[in-house]
Amino acid sequence: MAANKKIEELHEKRKKILLGGGKQAIEKQKAMGKRTARERIMALLDKDSFIEYDLFVEHDARDFDMDKKSLPSDGVIIGSGTIYGAQVAIYAQDFTVAGGSLGQMHSRKITKIMDYALKMRMPLIGINDSGGARIQEGVNSLAGYGEIFFRNTISSGIIPQISVILGPCAGGAVYSPALTDFVFVVDKISKMFITGPEVIKTVLGEEISMEDLGGARVHSEITGNAHFFSTSEEECFAQIKRLITFIPWNNGRKAKSFEPGEPDKKYNPEKIVPDDPTLPYDVRDVIRSIADNSDFFEIMELYAKNIVIGFGRMGGRTTGFVANQPLEMAGVLDVDSSDKAARFIRYCDAFNIPIITLVDLPGYLPGVDQEHAGVIRHGAKVLYAYSEATVPKITIILRKAYGGGYIAMSSRHLRADFVFAWPTAEIAVMGPEGAANIIFRKEIMSSDDPDKLRKQKVEEYKAKFASPYVAAARGYVDAVIEPKETRRFLMHAIAASENKVVKVLEKKHGLPPF
Amino acid sequence: MKKTENLGILKINSSLYKTRLSPKYINRKSYKPSNPKTIISFIPGTVLDILVKEGQNVRKGEDLVILDAMKMQNIMKCKIDGKIRKIHVNTGDKVSKGTILLELK
Repeated sequence: MAANKKIEELHEKRKKILLGGGKQAIEKQKAMGKRTARERIMALLDKDSFIEYDLFVEHDARDFDMDKKSLPSDGVIIGSGTIYGAQVAIYAQDFTVAGGSLGQMHSRKITKIMDYALKMRMPLIGINDSGGARIQEGVNSLAGYGEIFFRNTISSGIIPQISVILGPCAGGAVYSPALTDFVFVVDKISKMFITGPEVIKTVLGEEISMEDLGGARVHSEITGNAHFFSTSEEECFAQIKRLITFIPWNNGRKAKSFEPGEPDKKYNPEKIVPDDPTLPYDVRDVIRSIADNSDFFEIMELYAKNIVIGFGRMGGRTTGFVANQPLEMAGVLDVDSSDKAARFIRYCDAFNIPIITLVDLPGYLPGVDQEHAGVIRHGAKVLYAYSEATVPKITIILRKAYGGGYIAMSSRHLRADFVFAWPTAEIAVMGPEGAANIIFRKEIMSSDDPDKLRKQKVEEYKAKFASPYVAAARGYVDAVIEPKETRRFLMHAIAASENKVVKVLEKKHGLPPF
Repeated sequence: MKKTENLGILKINSSLYKTRLSPKYINRKSYKPSNPKTIISFIPGTVLDILVKEGQNVRKGEDLVILDAMKMQNIMKCKIDGKIRKIHVNTGDKVSKGTILLELK
């Protein structure tokens, strides 16, 4: 009897806490098109897999009448469960409890699950929906953020860290997502900024809506802070689950293998790339023509579209793809595309994912804005990331590989393990027009018919250098292959580099051009 | 083919590439060399005080305007020796970034 009573008491206690901020607050949350924190966890994890910790945690703030306030679970839910059977640690801020504000115990719950994820070497998923620091708790709340940022940093490169922004995430709080590997946002729900519209208005007199300042679209298209954009929470969770299938659970493992399937025949590599190097095509079709089942999971689809990054599989194994996109800005490297590619290359390297690089670029984007935005420093990130990466690196030169762009895009010189080139490849210091203009400047200028001579010289240069054979003659290219042979060569390269070993010089850490 | 709609031309090293141009590229600001004869607000704020008058001779390094912005009183100094040609703002005006405050000759 007594035991039964105690069990009943537990039920009662649970029931009360599980209601979070109460019915009214939940209705408000729903009216914004948002699910509650627990609903989100249930929607994301495998059915009945979630085990919650720290349900009964309470704050012990005294000031500003806080001692009279009860905040169920202190506004954050932590625990672990599975996604497609893989163990993950998760936390979700509960906006219905004091606006999901972060106080000392709230932050201790988050850091507890972070420590757990790191110790157990499993992915960590953080669902952010919070008004920010709990001001009543003063510096303790700031300390909480600092403890989270520290753990994000020390866990980086050991366990995958995923941030899901499903509400406001403002001020210092945005630095936790910024330190993690992948940030998911949902249109009209996610809001991220350092200083909000009100502060901007009072200080600077500029008026802007939350959506235009730091909405999902802004971070997906303009800032590059977000990696995955969706239009509903449901779609967002589907994206997270798909990502989980591609990445290993920690840096000591490889991603789970899947049964390989042949690419869809509608992607014919012989027909995708036009021979004329100035004409565009969608490089994602080339990826689909070589990846297992033509399955390509693109990352940062809306940002710096001139470079394409994402995961696919080769022979069942996860592979990172990096490809210049001639369809957008001719596939140039610039400040944004360099940042995008470099970070992805480092992710693949940290998590044992081989990298396949598809090259077709005219070089770097010229312009005062690019130079002043620091394209030297940002462009250097690509060189650093490829040079530093010790995972298998396989390069296919599809068409143009000019100048610094040739070197940067996983060339032999940065220690690519395999470099293949299509017969359409042009490996040269620059395009034929530019090169002829420089090499034969005097002749052209003093000619009676400069245009005719220029054309002639361009053709001469094309015939001599606009091919893969000069580079192949030096061994910078391992094989010139037919487009239709690409998958076979790639499968060979991936299989051959399965046990690749590279000795890295001992050091504390390098200094990438951040 | 849908994918080849809205193509523009990008010129790199004398070659003309047919490609989509990004909004960032299309909307990029063209470079303008700075002109020491025009004093421009470098930050949005409020004109707290104007320390010179039209027609007044000024020297390099002289204080011209106090701009209240970011909780700071920012003193805008003269970059050359010259004469105030025109004052475009009044004390108390709220100005956005890049507003011409005054011109010298």
